[in-house]
Amino acid sequence: MTSESETKEKKQNPIVPYLRLPARAGEKAYLAGSKCRACGAAYVGKRLACAKCFAVDNFEEIRLGEYGTLRTFSIVYQSIPGIEVPFIAAVVDLPEGTAVRANLGGIEPDPDKIVPLLGKKLEMYTEKVREDKEGNDVIAYRYRPAGA
Amino acid sequence: MKPARDVYVIGVGMVKYGRYPEKTVIEIASEAVITALKDAGITMKDIQMVGSGNLSAPVGQQIMRSVGQTGVPVVNVANACATGSTACREAYLSVASGAFDVAMAIGSEQMGKAGLLGAGRYMAADPAYLPEGVLGSQMMPAVFSQWGIDHARKYGTTFEDFARVAYKNHKNSVHNPYAQYQQEFSMEEIMNGRMISWPNTLYMCCPTGDGAGAIIYASAEKVRQFGSKAVTAAASILTSDPWTETGEAILDINQCTRLAAKEAYETAGVGAEDMDVVELHDCFATAEMVHYENLGLAPDGEGPKCLKEGKFDIGGKTAVNASGGLLSRGHPLGATGCCGIAEIVWQLRGESGGRQQPNAKAGLAHVIGLTSACTINVFVK
Repeated sequence: MTSESETKEKKQNPIVPYLRLPARAGEKAYLAGSKCRACGAAYVGKRLACAKCFAVDNFEEIRLGEYGTLRTFSIVYQSIPGIEVPFIAAVVDLPEGTAVRANLGGIEPDPDKIVPLLGKKLEMYTEKVREDKEGNDVIAYRYRPAGA
Repeated sequence: MKPARDVYVIGVGMVKYGRYPEKTVIEIASEAVITALKDAGITMKDIQMVGSGNLSAPVGQQIMRSVGQTGVPVVNVANACATGSTACREAYLSVASGAFDVAMAIGSEQMGKAGLLGAGRYMAADPAYLPEGVLGSQMMPAVFSQWGIDHARKYGTTFEDFARVAYKNHKNSVHNPYAQYQQEFSMEEIMNGRMISWPNTLYMCCPTGDGAGAIIYASAEKVRQFGSKAVTAAASILTSDPWTETGEAILDINQCTRLAAKEAYETAGVGAEDMDVVELHDCFATAEMVHYENLGLAPDGEGPKCLKEGKFDIGGKTAVNASGGLLSRGHPLGATGCCGIAEIVWQLRGESGGRQQPNAKAGLAHVIGLTSACTINVFVK
């Protein structure tokens, strides 16, 4: 049985700074993005300048990534040591006007099952993927078929 | 960019790609340089500028200490897989601008068995925070596979369609003594090969290795003076990736190629329909499939059909990767750009032996470097 103090010390850390985990029950995780006020281009994370229209210091923070569509994927069978294979490496188009890399979950790594999902709606979810050196949970976002 | 004056290739050299643990990269590069000088019928005394491409180290001056210390300017360039072809562009521009009359590009690399590329760049202090394998993949096999499946999403391209690229290129390699692997594989062998990153099996991925190439550029006046065999370098274009909505998630290979192709054809005054021979960047079979369309060799969506009909075979409308491509010839990063150009020059001179495209009059060499550079070098007879 874990003591209460030990439980409190173990943190849940996002794998990347732009993944915002819920602070309290009832909230949803999201990706923090930036939108260019000049041209509307969207980006993941913070920006200094707009790569599309070259505007500088003219961004508002937006929420990204609750839903997306499957643009493309590969099923990776060979990777560097320590990386679990196979995994489905997807590129997810976001309706906000950008895209993210993510693993696809909730489906077998079988091309016959994934190819029909190309262009179809996906939903984001978060999951513990690893433990860090200090024993904290490392949380990543993933996508799965929407409503599955 | 419009050249201020005409530029010609007067000499090319290449070493057979492979693994040479007993040699240094300087020795390998020197062999390519000496071959190119002999091909042009000149010596290092005639070279006025050198562009050297090597992704591991700035070795240009060391190569000069091996082949001839003339004191001329040496520029070391690194541009990912487009390193060698960017060195070629430096040499080309030196002559095109009128700054120099004879310039040499060298591309070299010694990789040994380097294996998968692309994971180390974003290594976190604590490996638990490494995004690879958890937030998709940034490794080269996955990225180029994803571009293939992006084509599949739009046009229904199949695993078999992609495998057919590898079938053609391995078949061509049998006639290329410079290729790292000269072996034909059946469609069945290719499709049943070990899966690296679906849909690319082992035989649909290029090997790493050691290699070098050298290209000598000269002005019209020097061509006459040396009496060298000359092929016109009609355009040498370099682009980077323009902004796209998907650009943050997947490194571009399409838009930078389309932009480069447009500029290359406009500069050279020839079009995709005039291309008899093309060496394009088939680091993976899926990559070749998208570049047929990016380079205008097939209408959008019709790459698989054109390939199946033999349009890209030796003897077809445009022989694509008659050398066997990166899939068979190998891909020592810094060397690759020079060696695609060497193949086009041999083809236009009619010196490609069993892999010769009949009556080849115009061709191009295309290279992609991530993240993201595209070079297209056009040559005409």
